[in-house]
Amino acid sequence: MMVGWPILSVVVFLPLVGALFIFALQGDDEATQRNARYVALWTTLVTFALSLLLVAGFERATAEFQFVENHYWLGGTIRYHMGVDGISLPFVILTTFLMPVSILASFGPIKTRVKEYMIAFLVLETLMVGTFCALDLVLFYVFFEGGLIPMFLIIGIWGGARRVYATFKFFLYTLAGSVLMLLALMAMYWQAGTTDIAALLTHAFPRPMQTWLFLAFLASFAVKLPMWPVHTWLPDAHVEAPTAGSVILAAILLKMGGYGFIRFSLPMFPNASELFAPMMFALSLMAIIYTSLVALMQEDMKKLIAYSSVAHMGFVTMGLFTLSNEGVQGGIFQMVSHGIVSAALFLCVGVIYDRMHTREIAAYGGLVNRMPLYAAAFMVFTLANVGLPGTSGFVGEFLTLIAAFRVNIIVALFATTGVILSAAYALWLYRRVIFGALEKKNLTGILDLDRREIVVLAPLVILTVLFGIWPAPILDTSASSVAALVDHAKAALAPAKSALWLP
Amino acid sequence: MVQAIVFLPLLGCLAAGLLGRFLGARGCGILTSALLTVSAILSWIVFVDVGVYGHDAHVRLFTWISAGALAVDWALKVDPLVAVMLVVVTNVSALVHIYSIGYMDEDPHQPRFFSYLSLFTLAMLMLVTADNLVQLFFGWEGVGLASYLLIGFWYLKPEANAAAIKAFIVNRIGDFGFALGIFALYAMIGSVGYETIFAEAKSLAGKTIHFAGRDFDALTVICLLLFMGAMGKSAQFLLHTWLPDAMEGPTPVSALIHAATMVTAGVFMVARLSPLFELAPTALTVVTFVGATTAFFAATVGLVQNDIKRIVAYSTCSQLGYMFVGMGVGAYSVGMFHLFTHASFKALLFLGAGSVLRAMHHEQDIRKMGGLRNRIPFTYAVMVVGTLALTGFPLTAGFFSKDAIIEAAYASDGAAAQYAFWLTVIAAALTSFYGWRLIFVVFHGNSRADRHTLEHAHESPWVMTVPLAFLALGALVLGLGFKGIFTGPEGVARFFRDSLFSASNHKILEDMHHVPIWVASSATVMMLAGFLVAYWFYIRDPEAPKRLAERQDLLYRFLLNKWYFDEIYDFLLVRPAMWLGRVLWKQGDGWLIDGFGPDGVSARVIDVTNRVVRLQTGYLYHYAFVMLIGVAAIITWFLVWGGGS
Repeated sequence: MMVGWPILSVVVFLPLVGALFIFALQGDDEATQRNARYVALWTTLVTFALSLLLVAGFERATAEFQFVENHYWLGGTIRYHMGVDGISLPFVILTTFLMPVSILASFGPIKTRVKEYMIAFLVLETLMVGTFCALDLVLFYVFFEGGLIPMFLIIGIWGGARRVYATFKFFLYTLAGSVLMLLALMAMYWQAGTTDIAALLTHAFPRPMQTWLFLAFLASFAVKLPMWPVHTWLPDAHVEAPTAGSVILAAILLKMGGYGFIRFSLPMFPNASELFAPMMFALSLMAIIYTSLVALMQEDMKKLIAYSSVAHMGFVTMGLFTLSNEGVQGGIFQMVSHGIVSAALFLCVGVIYDRMHTREIAAYGGLVNRMPLYAAAFMVFTLANVGLPGTSGFVGEFLTLIAAFRVNIIVALFATTGVILSAAYALWLYRRVIFGALEKKNLTGILDLDRREIVVLAPLVILTVLFGIWPAPILDTSASSVAALVDHAKAALAPAKSALWLP
Repeated sequence: MVQAIVFLPLLGCLAAGLLGRFLGARGCGILTSALLTVSAILSWIVFVDVGVYGHDAHVRLFTWISAGALAVDWALKVDPLVAVMLVVVTNVSALVHIYSIGYMDEDPHQPRFFSYLSLFTLAMLMLVTADNLVQLFFGWEGVGLASYLLIGFWYLKPEANAAAIKAFIVNRIGDFGFALGIFALYAMIGSVGYETIFAEAKSLAGKTIHFAGRDFDALTVICLLLFMGAMGKSAQFLLHTWLPDAMEGPTPVSALIHAATMVTAGVFMVARLSPLFELAPTALTVVTFVGATTAFFAATVGLVQNDIKRIVAYSTCSQLGYMFVGMGVGAYSVGMFHLFTHASFKALLFLGAGSVLRAMHHEQDIRKMGGLRNRIPFTYAVMVVGTLALTGFPLTAGFFSKDAIIEAAYASDGAAAQYAFWLTVIAAALTSFYGWRLIFVVFHGNSRADRHTLEHAHESPWVMTVPLAFLALGALVLGLGFKGIFTGPEGVARFFRDSLFSASNHKILEDMHHVPIWVASSATVMMLAGFLVAYWFYIRDPEAPKRLAERQDLLYRFLLNKWYFDEIYDFLLVRPAMWLGRVLWKQGDGWLIDGFGPDGVSARVIDVTNRVVRLQTGYLYHYAFVMLIGVAAIITWFLVWGGGS
């Protein structure tokens, strides 16, 4: 659908305008902080409302990019090319939806450098939405890597005690990945003569080159997602990040890795994807089983949820590399669902962290006695984390598993053990924090959710259940684009296979 | 009508859950009970409409999951098999709701309780009315959730919390198999809908699934995987450990979920998929074997337990084994018959036990009871009725259904059928023994309760006794009234039609009516034997059991400790998993990955930089700065290079 005004660009850059407003605010008194908060909130809300226009105008029957903008940018070759398809749109909406939630969740806890904090978040939003909309390699790279800078700052400035260590670790991992990806981007330009993603999607790279390009991209995306064994930055980053930082990190920044696989690795390097699929399966299984077991033994709530995130992303990579409609759609759904659920879980941890200033599981117990509403909300998200049918967590897991079984039974067999382990760590966490008698003296005065927290969590509860019962909004949006992607990849693989039969 | 049956409980669940504060405790109880009662009445209408007039219903609500070739609908499908389940579920549920108004009278969390009860009923109804395996799975896990929430309802008790988690996780182990079974069916057939599966099932014959270098018969593997789910949900041997612990929940919950309905979901699943199981004789043999083993095993454990609810729980476990024997030998309608009658008399026993507990200030140890028959005569009467039905006293409900299973096992030529026959016959004696032991120890003899408790022991209010009366009536007449449509070859053909698989001419149903007289009377003889021994042990010579326990100390402790399953699982599964988790975390992540990865690298970097530059500021801004420069450099590079081309 065409609209008279560049809607994508507006959605992408509106937060930046909000950031400029806040930047222009003078002083650092209460009133200024208040203004900064509200400007940020309203900016993100308007952005979200505008992004809903994308949904309204989105044509689901086609796999083409829509709302396309293509302008001269750098030297003619590198263009400002933006657009969304059924694969990227869910992530765009997820981002614009979670931003106001994160901003609102930061209203209470963030008391120092409020202006800078809000600016960082707004800049981050522009970069994240941009990543999902960019249709030019260089544009993508700028958004993709640029997103790290505000996140570094958010963890490094508003983070916990060991924030410098966490940021440093985060940086070290991503640096290695991004350098390799940059080299790959250059190589792709030399080979194909264009940096246009839409054009590259139909370009056939020679097979040996695909292998190297795939590995280079893998280095970047695997760190981002994160996949085992490059996941160890995630628990540390989460533990040190402020609540809203964790929310964005888990819900959206991780998804850039998965999105990268779908946008680049699968369609552009289908042969390499097939070649490396067994390795990807193996790493996915390691993620599911290894990190689930590790999650079982965690003593810090945020670490536990961080490890469970790695396990859930294992289902994503497993689904994607089945190269089937069910698997890829399941992977996308799993990412969106995890975006909602992990965001909610980190917000839940934030709620009690704000009250007690500890994330130690052992410091809690029996909260249901004082916080029934909180207990109810936390229960919904715990169940979604467990993948209970009727919550959004089920659909993605189910689709990726059912797809994996067709491709490789052993993979599906081991991955399915994840459903047992996730029940164990999630329910055990819940029991230790929420159930039991309220014995700890300092908890006796703890208060249930206040109105702001209810406003933050209620939409997440609703969406978790809604998408569990009616996942069609996401599945239908992605269907055409995923079908085109899978057909394209399969077609690319077919001649290679039949060639083996030639004399 | 079907929609009303299924969604009235949802209405109750939401009303009690969200508006509990406004409705009040009593209001929630009455509202949810009223809704369930309407559901129950409607279910009888549907039962007649579907069973007698053949008006099957199939309502597609809307699409649930649609991706690639996978298409899953939310649907309500009612055929005779489902109609039986609707009647069982809604009626027991309605009675339990009403009973709970009295039983939970003093509990401060009644709205939550009734909300969970109705949630359970909704999930159970979604389970039975599914037209595909995924919705079945939804209901399956949904009842598991309700069970988890209700077992842990009294969340202040650590044992209740532990039991709740245990129930969920053991069920998940079963569901692991169930899920794989669904995946396998989808991989082989390309659909998860019953209709397609049954239509294509025959084409699977002879096909194999290649796994770990070997070929396995596809149908057998699929059925066994699915049955693994049934074993978890129906607490069969090896996956039974959660059920006795589940007794930590309030007693009405035990009656509804852990006796009459949820635990029978596994039996229902096998019946539902009978066209599939029938093609996999090996799988049916396993079903028979597991069922018979459970029937025997659980009965032996039930002999020596001292907790009134645990005795009934092991009894449930054992009776579920009977039902699976019925399924396994191909007499699906007979297994369903026992499910049907068992729902009434086992719910009766549990609710009766609840009435006893209420009188005894929630003392569950039968050794501290005794002589209660004069204090609570009505409860005594209905408990005796329940026990008569359980042990298969002639003309009571259990008599028809249990005997039919034993006869079917004898008549079957399945590989495990004779094993099943003998074990179920022996278990019949054991059942009778522990059944009467409970009655004698609790209601007869001298009271062993303290004075205070005994003085306050009084009969329950009418909201509790009326449901008991209804269930007692069911325990007496359901067998005689319904034996035609469940066990008679013609009756089954007319009532169930094609909703259950039936071999040509209902061979097994025909044969079981022609077994030798000693077979037909074996269960009754065993019932009498068990009664007499119990009478001897607990009325005539109360010292006898103690002497026996001392003489057979090893055996006694083996049974008392439930064959040591909990200890074995703890040692084999729980501890290793936790140990592994810790090792992977500390050694895997901490030492190996971080040590040689970022920490190692950074340590080297810091060594070097310290020597060369002596960094004084924090790292962060530097790295952010480096990133920016990097991005800028790339842009410049492309700008220059791209412009030049």
